[in-house]
Amino acid sequence: MTDKSHDPNQMTGAAMIVRALIDHGVQHLFGYPGGAVLPIYDEIFQQSEVEHILVRHEQGAGHAAEGYARSTGKPGVVLVTSGPGATNMVTPLTDALMDSIPLVCITGQVPTHLIGNDAFQECDTVGITRPCTKHNWLVRDVNDLAKVLHEAFYVATTGRPGPVVVDVPKDVQFATGTYHPPRKSDVHVSYTPRVKGDATQIRKAVALLAGAKRPVIYSGGGVINSGREASKLLRELVEVTGFPITSTLMGLGAYPATGKNWLGMLGMHGTYESNMAMHDCDVMLCVGARFDDRITGRTDAFSPGSKKIHIDIDPSSINKNIHVDVPIIGDCGNVLGDLLQVFKAEAKKPDIKAWWQEIAVWRARNSLAYRKNSEVILPQYAIERLFEATRGHDTYITTEVGQHQMWAAQFFGFEEPHRWMTSGGLGTMGYGLPAALGVQVAHRDSLVIDIAGDASVQMTMQEMSTAVQFELPIKIFILNNQYMGMVRQWQQLLHGNRLSHSYSEALPDFVKLADAFGCVGLQAIKPGDLDGALKEMISIKRPVLFDCRVAALENCFPMIPSGKAHNEMLLPAEATDEATAAAFAGGKALV
Amino acid sequence: MNQPASAYFLEERHDPTESHTLSVLVQNEPGVLARVIGLFSGRGYNIESLTVSETESQKHLSRITIVTTGTPMVIEQIKHQLDRMVPVYRVVDMTLTGRSIERELAMVKVRGGGDNRVEALRLADAFRARVIDATTESFVFEITGNSAKVSQFIDLMRPIGLVEVSRTGVAAIGRGPEGM
Repeated sequence: MTDKSHDPNQMTGAAMIVRALIDHGVQHLFGYPGGAVLPIYDEIFQQSEVEHILVRHEQGAGHAAEGYARSTGKPGVVLVTSGPGATNMVTPLTDALMDSIPLVCITGQVPTHLIGNDAFQECDTVGITRPCTKHNWLVRDVNDLAKVLHEAFYVATTGRPGPVVVDVPKDVQFATGTYHPPRKSDVHVSYTPRVKGDATQIRKAVALLAGAKRPVIYSGGGVINSGREASKLLRELVEVTGFPITSTLMGLGAYPATGKNWLGMLGMHGTYESNMAMHDCDVMLCVGARFDDRITGRTDAFSPGSKKIHIDIDPSSINKNIHVDVPIIGDCGNVLGDLLQVFKAEAKKPDIKAWWQEIAVWRARNSLAYRKNSEVILPQYAIERLFEATRGHDTYITTEVGQHQMWAAQFFGFEEPHRWMTSGGLGTMGYGLPAALGVQVAHRDSLVIDIAGDASVQMTMQEMSTAVQFELPIKIFILNNQYMGMVRQWQQLLHGNRLSHSYSEALPDFVKLADAFGCVGLQAIKPGDLDGALKEMISIKRPVLFDCRVAALENCFPMIPSGKAHNEMLLPAEATDEATAAAFAGGKALV
Repeated sequence: MNQPASAYFLEERHDPTESHTLSVLVQNEPGVLARVIGLFSGRGYNIESLTVSETESQKHLSRITIVTTGTPMVIEQIKHQLDRMVPVYRVVDMTLTGRSIERELAMVKVRGGGDNRVEALRLADAFRARVIDATTESFVFEITGNSAKVSQFIDLMRPIGLVEVSRTGVAAIGRGPEGM
């Protein structure tokens, strides 16, 4: 027998995990220790290449990794223990699956001989996470571990990105086996995502675009996921064609909010002009979006007169909700590059002056207008002032879920991709605070702000302690209206104003709470206090919890009542009680 | 309510549904069947019949044959959703190719005496079913054919003294020299 003790590739499973992280360029790891991952934590202790960020709850680790991934384009990596550690990860995994965020989650598992015995802190991790991951693995043999870890990184980051779970029993972590660096054969031969778009389809798309009279480009999170080059190409396409462009919540920043062809966000709380343009267009180019129900409204009345082109890397997104005429399967960046080349060579800018004039009429309705108030801070005003105060700073925004999220999307202008982190598909309250931590870990010197609501922030606020421990100077800007605002808005509109359990009684004193955690607490009550307090918040180089008291009963408009068409929007000026009642009549079954 | 209330309600347009037979070639690894079945239950698709077995043991490949029903848009979705799973090699819609053979095997237990025994044997002969077990008061028949033929045979056995049936579900393969 040969002596394997000096073979550098012979190591324990726990050591392989740390080695694989290093081989995949992982610099930061979010996690929480526990019995079934102690061997891995022992390895982490004895090295300095991967920095571990200790959270206060596994859900926080997951969302932090998501924020990290969304702001860098790199995969977010999580390490949690078996049982409750794994089940606490279910929400972030589902969130990442819905929003196509690359996450690699390593979970500890009870030793292989105890699996199935209802052992202490045992759960069927691969069973539980199967529907909320892109793929998952249970590794029973230490000699399979290197291959599985490399495949996990590959699957998470290629094709349509998504979360993966590698479940590693404790005896496999202790066992010694052979490690190998990443290689091509680590991946299932059956996994072959398509990157390049079909040339014939691209030509068909160009022909439609060149002949358009009332075109619109509708872009989504796929453009952000595809990388910075895709956003550049999207901007070039808008420039070359002169077409108007709108975007989903997930796609904000791919085209700059100050760009002259920008219509604003579309969908349920999008601008009037973008939704009307979607409804009345003759050619729609959808890039990296998925015709989600918040976007389409009534599917049978969605953009009835248009030819639709859909670029998406995932064939299952094509024709799922809306039938499209020209599907192009491929990576957004890659397809946009090819499409631009063909357009430049074979087509010229169509004359769409008349269409822009129509859009100008819709724009003039000023759908985001709100009544100014000098007595109380209106939430829209608060976001506008926050946006002003952050100008010139290197800013990243995360949000929780609810009214504040929609106001942030409407009133904060994003000029670049990867600057806006929000839970779009799953709508996870409590996402924003830990996500901000992840962003700040990746961008130590940037200004990272979690625009929060008073209800959402309480779901994961224990992570303020993480911010203090790791000196992550995140700013938690709470629009405090003492309600679960979006729930209350729906109760007002759909449930006869019976505000069932949407009022937050016994809110904590956020300023004292900040103090207790070792953060800085600030408060603004009057509109006149706001600018000064915002300036102070930005100047403080520590975590800040900002309690911004806003008008309690303000609602988020414009709004397409769900199940209605794009041209049935409710604008703020028209949202009288009668109009609202009429718009929502018979609509209690809405979601 | 004279107008559709929700975007979700609208999904249930009552387009005519079709039955399709899908052949799915997968890596035979732990959990792969759970993934496929979980996809169907999680997304609300129908499974009419499901047959699984390893077909190429050296390459660890299994072939899953699924008979499903849905609108054309849903069938299209099912195929894409299956195809994007990591251990799935290929998905072929056997119904769409129009050149496939489908077979099912059933074992049918019948109990009775006198004329019923004679009648059972005569029907079995007409259907080319074989007797694979016999006692003085019962038979077990083995019958192979498409699902309609198998169902018809079972229906005929019912008044004669049908006890129980075990069916394999549908296996399908394409005609001609090419593989999937």
